[in-house]
Amino acid sequence: MKVVIIDDEPLARMLVKEYLQDYPQVKIVEECGDGFEGIKAIQKHQPSLIFLDIQMPKITGFEMLELVENAPAVIFTTAFDEYAIKAFETHAIDYLLKPFNKERFDKAMQKYLSQNAAQAKAETQLLINSVAPNIAEQRVVVKDGIKIKIIPLPQIQYLEAADDYVKIYTADGVFLKKKTMQFFENTLPALQFVRIHRSYIVSLPLINKIEHNEKDSYLLLLTTGATLPVSKSGYAKLKEILGL
Amino acid sequence: MAQSPFFTAKFTKAFIAWWMVWFAMQAIILYWGGFSWRVSIADSAVFNILTALGCWMIAFMFQYYLPGQERFWYILALSVALSLCIVFIGKWILITLLKNDITYIAMLQNWLPIRFGIALLMLGCMAMISVVWYGFIDQQEAEERRAVAEALKKETELIALRRQLQPHFLFNSLNSISAMVGTMPGEARKMIQQLSDFLRSTIHKEDDRFVLLSEELTHLQLYLDIEKVRFGHRLIATINADELALQQKMPALILQPLVENAIKFGLYDTTDAVTITITGMAENNHLMLKVSNPFDPQTAMPQKGEGFGLNSVKRRLYLLFARNDLVETSMTDNIFTTTVIIPQ
Repeated sequence: MKVVIIDDEPLARMLVKEYLQDYPQVKIVEECGDGFEGIKAIQKHQPSLIFLDIQMPKITGFEMLELVENAPAVIFTTAFDEYAIKAFETHAIDYLLKPFNKERFDKAMQKYLSQNAAQAKAETQLLINSVAPNIAEQRVVVKDGIKIKIIPLPQIQYLEAADDYVKIYTADGVFLKKKTMQFFENTLPALQFVRIHRSYIVSLPLINKIEHNEKDSYLLLLTTGATLPVSKSGYAKLKEILGL
Repeated sequence: MAQSPFFTAKFTKAFIAWWMVWFAMQAIILYWGGFSWRVSIADSAVFNILTALGCWMIAFMFQYYLPGQERFWYILALSVALSLCIVFIGKWILITLLKNDITYIAMLQNWLPIRFGIALLMLGCMAMISVVWYGFIDQQEAEERRAVAEALKKETELIALRRQLQPHFLFNSLNSISAMVGTMPGEARKMIQQLSDFLRSTIHKEDDRFVLLSEELTHLQLYLDIEKVRFGHRLIATINADELALQQKMPALILQPLVENAIKFGLYDTTDAVTITITGMAENNHLMLKVSNPFDPQTAMPQKGEGFGLNSVKRRLYLLFARNDLVETSMTDNIFTTTVIIPQ
């Protein structure tokens, strides 16, 4: 059974390694100090379980999970005792609040070992879809080829639906993120973004003007020069927010 | 609104006693002067009651409007007007009551200016007492408000401090100790000692105490040692301070939140090794402290730089020196620097 430990503190990794000595079936294939290394290690080894810290350099553990294809089962190890924990209770295999003892660690391992692999992976996917820690951080993390890009929310101009993905338009270019429009509509701050169409979410400060198109449809002109369609319900929302 | 002095039983009693004495004195003097008891008592009662009433009115009026800058003229004009009223109303009442006593009426006419003078004196005194009284009450209330505000502030700060200290630093440090206990118990014990020393010196330091830069740096070293154990080779801290600067005074715990910020900012914004530089320099008549850390201009969040630590340092320096220009931040290339000036 392949395991990857991802934590920016060497001693924290050492502790997990020590606790894992009692599990002869476990093979620690790699230890990583940040999320970038984590993504590479997961792609390379395809582990069945990872131990993941949340607060790490550059990107958080959550953001890393979002960027991993075919994410493995996760046990979080964190000193966070905050809101984010709520999401773990339902979908992560388990979370270990630092500092944790051997008994607590064994309990988490038992929970993982009692689940079958497919079930564990499905839970991870549910977790990724249900929480939006990156929004809480006021940014969105995307993959740009093999590079990883962090987009602060104020840099987002608008979002466009594209099959299984959402296109994120910024001054630096267009980026793809595997999420639904519904997800962004629910998690982006309502004072900053509004969904104007089934396929579009726009940044409010960039709105230049609204033009009547035909019948019940309108067009939205952005200060960047882009023109976006506005649906009937989208127009109603805009009217309310902008106080027209 | 401030309560009038008549709300205190003590003042009211003294006020009544004062006017009884004056009433008795005036009546006796008139009786000695050859007037009948009836005339003496009527005269004394009318004038003293009217003047007492005037005094009460002044105290009552000042309750609603306390004269400010132009208080002297206002008080004088008010006292003169009231005194004239007292004299003429008194004269009218007494003439109506005692119109048959010709010697008394003549005396009344002749002595009006003196009665006016006495009334003016009394009213003036009462006005002064009122001004002092209401001023004192106002000051007391302002004092109370300030005390409440101060208590609130302390409480907020404590909550903020608790929130800041708790999750990352303390629990991660304990986790590191837990990791070391098995294989390197000596190191674990050393870190427990460092953590205890650090916590103790944090708790014992009071906000308004001044320490030498050298003491502050000793405290900072405790903190840095712990962070170095946690982050291993990734964290490098260099401290430069000249001999003169080390002997200069500064408010306690100013540097630590800035270094905390720098570490958080630096370590979580890059994946490389991070060098935090802390510099202390003695200049003309101030101590200049600089804390700098690397950051990534591409991804740095503007709000990250304005964290709790920086704001609390700004506020504390403002409270101590009443200056807003002592903390500055600057960014060059990929180095973020916070500069703090401590006037000596």
